[in-house]
Amino acid sequence: MATAVLTTLDPNSRSAARGMSDLTIRNLFIIPTIVFLIVFNIFPLIYSLGYSFTDFRASSPAAANFVGLQNYRELLNDPFIWSNFAITAKYVIVSVVGQVIVGFGVALLLNRDIPLKGLLTTLLLLPMMLSMAVVGLFWKLLYDPSFGIINYTLGLGSFEWLSNPDMALYAVAITDIWMWSPFVMLLSLAGLSAVPKHLYEAAAIDRAGSFYTFFRITLPLVAPILMIAIIFRTMEAFKTFDLAYILTSQPTTEVISIRLYKMAFQEWQTGRSCALAYIVLIMILAITNIYVKYLNKVKER
Amino acid sequence: MAHIQLKNISKTFGNHTALTGLNLDIADGEFFVLLGETGAGKTTTLRMIAGLEKPDEGQIFIDGADVADWGAAERDVALVLQQYSLYPRYTVRENLEFPLKPKIRRIEPDEIKTRVDRVARTLRIEHLLDRKTDRLSGGEMQRVSIGRAIVRKPRVFLMDEPLSALDAKLREALRTELKNIQMNLGQTFLFVTHDQIEAMSMGDKVGVLNHGRIVQTGTPYEIYNNPRDTYVASFVGSPPMNLIDGKLVNGRAVMAPLNFELPFAGGAKTSGATDGRPLVFGIRPEDVYLESGAPVEARVHDVENHGVEKILTLRIGDAMLRATVPARTDVEIEQPVRFAWDPDKVVLFDKGSGISLRHAG
Repeated sequence: MATAVLTTLDPNSRSAARGMSDLTIRNLFIIPTIVFLIVFNIFPLIYSLGYSFTDFRASSPAAANFVGLQNYRELLNDPFIWSNFAITAKYVIVSVVGQVIVGFGVALLLNRDIPLKGLLTTLLLLPMMLSMAVVGLFWKLLYDPSFGIINYTLGLGSFEWLSNPDMALYAVAITDIWMWSPFVMLLSLAGLSAVPKHLYEAAAIDRAGSFYTFFRITLPLVAPILMIAIIFRTMEAFKTFDLAYILTSQPTTEVISIRLYKMAFQEWQTGRSCALAYIVLIMILAITNIYVKYLNKVKER
Repeated sequence: MAHIQLKNISKTFGNHTALTGLNLDIADGEFFVLLGETGAGKTTTLRMIAGLEKPDEGQIFIDGADVADWGAAERDVALVLQQYSLYPRYTVRENLEFPLKPKIRRIEPDEIKTRVDRVARTLRIEHLLDRKTDRLSGGEMQRVSIGRAIVRKPRVFLMDEPLSALDAKLREALRTELKNIQMNLGQTFLFVTHDQIEAMSMGDKVGVLNHGRIVQTGTPYEIYNNPRDTYVASFVGSPPMNLIDGKLVNGRAVMAPLNFELPFAGGAKTSGATDGRPLVFGIRPEDVYLESGAPVEARVHDVENHGVEKILTLRIGDAMLRATVPARTDVEIEQPVRFAWDPDKVVLFDKGSGISLRHAG
């Protein structure tokens, strides 16, 4: 099997002269990556599964005791954890819905013959390419109640975006929408430009209005690719840490990964945080699975 | 029902001139076929009537009204495209319902059902109504697409080579069906094609388009028997009309540079057919016949057997001439034969302009 995939090494090449076979060269390229993956991803994943059944604390020299499912039981019965989940859910919904509306809307605007379309698209993609930390820091300045440009432009006086407990989560979500709408836009644009032009012409001939055309032709055809964008963004939003952590430290913005971070590296409840990490992992897997099922259904239609 | 007029239409795409000074008049209830080669501007003409394209110059009238500012919806036309343009993800029924559903039309659900069912019956696609469009064959798709056009009684039907993607058998069947539909509805049809057989068999009138200009408009009979110029003569008809250079000398057609003569005495007198004027003689292959005592000798270069008839390619010197003969004619390749023509059927074209002398006068 493996040899069939490989192309034969040129017998006159330098590598051949050094006595290396195709197989050796393949291994040279692949093995470091696999080792890296195992050491930094697979091993911790399995190791933390083990820890999640113990009361291990990385800060104390005490040996870990096996406690069975106690960590899980306690976590799932902890109303504070559930409130973290509730915050996360609210954040995911607000930010993903926002990104889809803004991203798809901009894609619709861009999906026509306009001058400088390429340049415009590239510029719109910029937020996506910035580092989370940088975005967090400069939005913190933008939101600043006394000299922030947002309050100045909107004429809101000294409205407190980040220190207002009711507003802070929305402020984080707005930043996330700003940063990731371009991603939804990019995928939607690909989907929109794949809709054959003659279908729109046929619809125009059939005297369909623009709303009717949009809901009966555009949307069904773009739905699968839009769905993929939504899957990616939901997963990412669920795991959000950086933005919320940098922008604000309100209890109302304590999404699940911040709770996890605090539990693991501030309270040093290593075993318990491993259990929480697994609960989050299972939840993301479950949500993604639902989406993928739905995606397949959309594709089949 | 509509009367369509195109006046002096011009259209360019970038450097490419699609149409120049196009004039067209399509009477109410007429089956008009626009015939031309690929790139002649047929589709552009159609799209302009439909309102999908705007002319650079000229005016389009539907029932006397200038429709320059009308969108596709207001023009109330139906368009059947070569690529079917069925709405994906919907069933055949949903596709047929589509033109009836938009709010501006407001049709009762019962009425929609009746009309869809009637159209399905006409096109014999009743058994496909609940099938998704991507599970249809080419012919079925094209039927649905025609159905979507006739389901809502537009003023004009525009068809852009709807049959060209289909196989021969199906094309023939749908040709007859379309013609029947048109006769039953009594509607104006504008049908675009590059296939002269379609044009001849379906059209009440045919317009031949060449490089963005209408060369000739007329009934299929006129186009075939009295082509306006050598382009029409060679484009319409299969095999095409034979075109031979020569001149008239004392009532005889003297071919030059080819060296042979044919009698032209008693042939259709045409003004301008003076002796010595450089001409092109046009003769349909079926008006060339083989006879033992005929004036010119040729050799059989090729034989195409079409069942009911044979198409012979005759070689006279370096020139080739086509002749249609009955299938029972017994000829072999390289066999010497003698041939003559029917002088009454000869069409004379001016050598320089290529225009038929009958039309020039």
